[in-house]
Amino acid sequence: MPGCRVLSRVSIERTRVTTPGNPPPSSEITPEALYADRRRFIKSSLLFAATAAGVGGGLVWLTGGVRGIGAVAAEAAAGLPAVRPGPFDTSEARTPYADVTTYNNFYEFGTNKDDPARFAGSLKTRPWTVSIEGEVHKPQTVDVDALLRLFPLEERVYRMRCVEAWSMVIPWDGFPLGDLIRRAEPTSNARYVAFTTLLDPARMPGQRRGFLEWPYVEGLRLDEALHPLTILAAGLYGRPLPNQDGAPLRLVVPWKYGFKGIKSIVRIALTREQPPTTWNVAGPEEYGFYANVNPEVDHPRWSQATERRIGEVKRRPTLPFNGYAEQVAGLYAGMDLRRNF
Amino acid sequence: MTASAAARPGGGRRPWLKPAVFAGALAPLGLILWQAGRGELGANPVAEALNRLGLTALVCLLASLACTPLRETLGWTWPIALRRMLGLFAFFYACLHFGTYAVLDQGLHARAILADVTKRKFIFVGFSAFVLLIPLAATSTAAAVRRLGFPRWKRLHRLAYAAGILGAIHFWLRVKKDVREPAIYAAVLAVLLLVRVVVFARERARRRAAAALSAPGA
Repeated sequence: MPGCRVLSRVSIERTRVTTPGNPPPSSEITPEALYADRRRFIKSSLLFAATAAGVGGGLVWLTGGVRGIGAVAAEAAAGLPAVRPGPFDTSEARTPYADVTTYNNFYEFGTNKDDPARFAGSLKTRPWTVSIEGEVHKPQTVDVDALLRLFPLEERVYRMRCVEAWSMVIPWDGFPLGDLIRRAEPTSNARYVAFTTLLDPARMPGQRRGFLEWPYVEGLRLDEALHPLTILAAGLYGRPLPNQDGAPLRLVVPWKYGFKGIKSIVRIALTREQPPTTWNVAGPEEYGFYANVNPEVDHPRWSQATERRIGEVKRRPTLPFNGYAEQVAGLYAGMDLRRNF
Repeated sequence: MTASAAARPGGGRRPWLKPAVFAGALAPLGLILWQAGRGELGANPVAEALNRLGLTALVCLLASLACTPLRETLGWTWPIALRRMLGLFAFFYACLHFGTYAVLDQGLHARAILADVTKRKFIFVGFSAFVLLIPLAATSTAAAVRRLGFPRWKRLHRLAYAAGILGAIHFWLRVKKDVREPAIYAAVLAVLLLVRVVVFARERARRRAAAALSAPGA
């Protein structure tokens, strides 16, 4: 058998090498010390590599380095009705779609900026209804797709200034909130508008944790809500709102800090009294009810005088009312904006 | 002392340990630079780098503070050999963290930085932790220990605890509402400090007992 032949040849060779009368040349014998050193060297190298990898990997993991930028969550199934250009455009460079949809504060899906993009896929946004209730003559509950057919969508390119001192320029697709409110016919008692986000821990896992009171609530004075700058947005960049940006319907109030722009709205109620708002309840010294962008009133932990536009390194000065003073400063005539921050 | 055996030059029985920890501790910086070069630090790369560098400084500082408690509780002596290097890495990352804040975040705008440090508790606390690390890094050499004398050097280096506490508070104050992660760091720090307190109390009791035994009147 061929196998046996090979085996026998090997044994013959081994026999020849180890025969006392035929020793290997001394140059080929590894010195014993070196042989031991080599084993120790290999062992040390492996231990070095394993320890370095463990320490490095552990440090990177602990400090958030392994959190890659996640994939963009699935877009809403339904497309967006036709969008026409709207007023108040800005010629400033738009923040890229990828940044608008991967750098979000939406604590219902986690507190890291990329958590919403990674985890908001769990939010089913159809079927979805929005109720308009409270101090109105015609309370109603409307399917969101029907709502979008009622009001023609406009593109509104707005600056968005986050209370954390960063900003974006976002082309929203939406309609004036005032159109919806007027359709419900507010009573003469209506002075404020209260908004509520969906409460559903199964679809919004962040709501299982109690560091904020859920559901998220926000509010505006009625004149702020009726201002033509204030819109309900259903899309951005001409596409349906991705879940992480507040699908299917969110508030956009461009002269206020971003947290006023409540996401995934299910309820809009007109009220007599000023409604509670989530961040104001959580930290009244840090987050006011009005939350108008104001470079002169600092957040207790950082200055609001400047901001970083996403995509830029150098900070730029923050403008009063986020650059919309001409349109909205009149709403606050005679008010002390340091006290009503 | 048991510590000196592990701290032998050349690393004693574990010659690979110090170089390996050194290489591993550079990984967070390497990754940040690599991702920054490829534009993969996300939409706000300055904030991302700032946060990661600061957290790495805190982890290194806590790791250096864990070396002695590990010896006291588990009898491990090898971490002692890493203590100085970990402390210096904490200082190294704290420098990069502050440098990123001052240069990239604030654009070296001195007035804005001064206002931040003096007016805002959150930044004041973090800056204080950084300042406390400076004398520790400056006296980290064997020559400095000789110059100061070991008891004085040891007393000075107790500032590391203060820096650790301030660092943990700084992290706690940074988050908007979800304090889960900073709470873990604070808890680890509390355990490390508790071990020291228990060991200190036990040693003092033993010394007292010994003194009472050898007292001439006893």
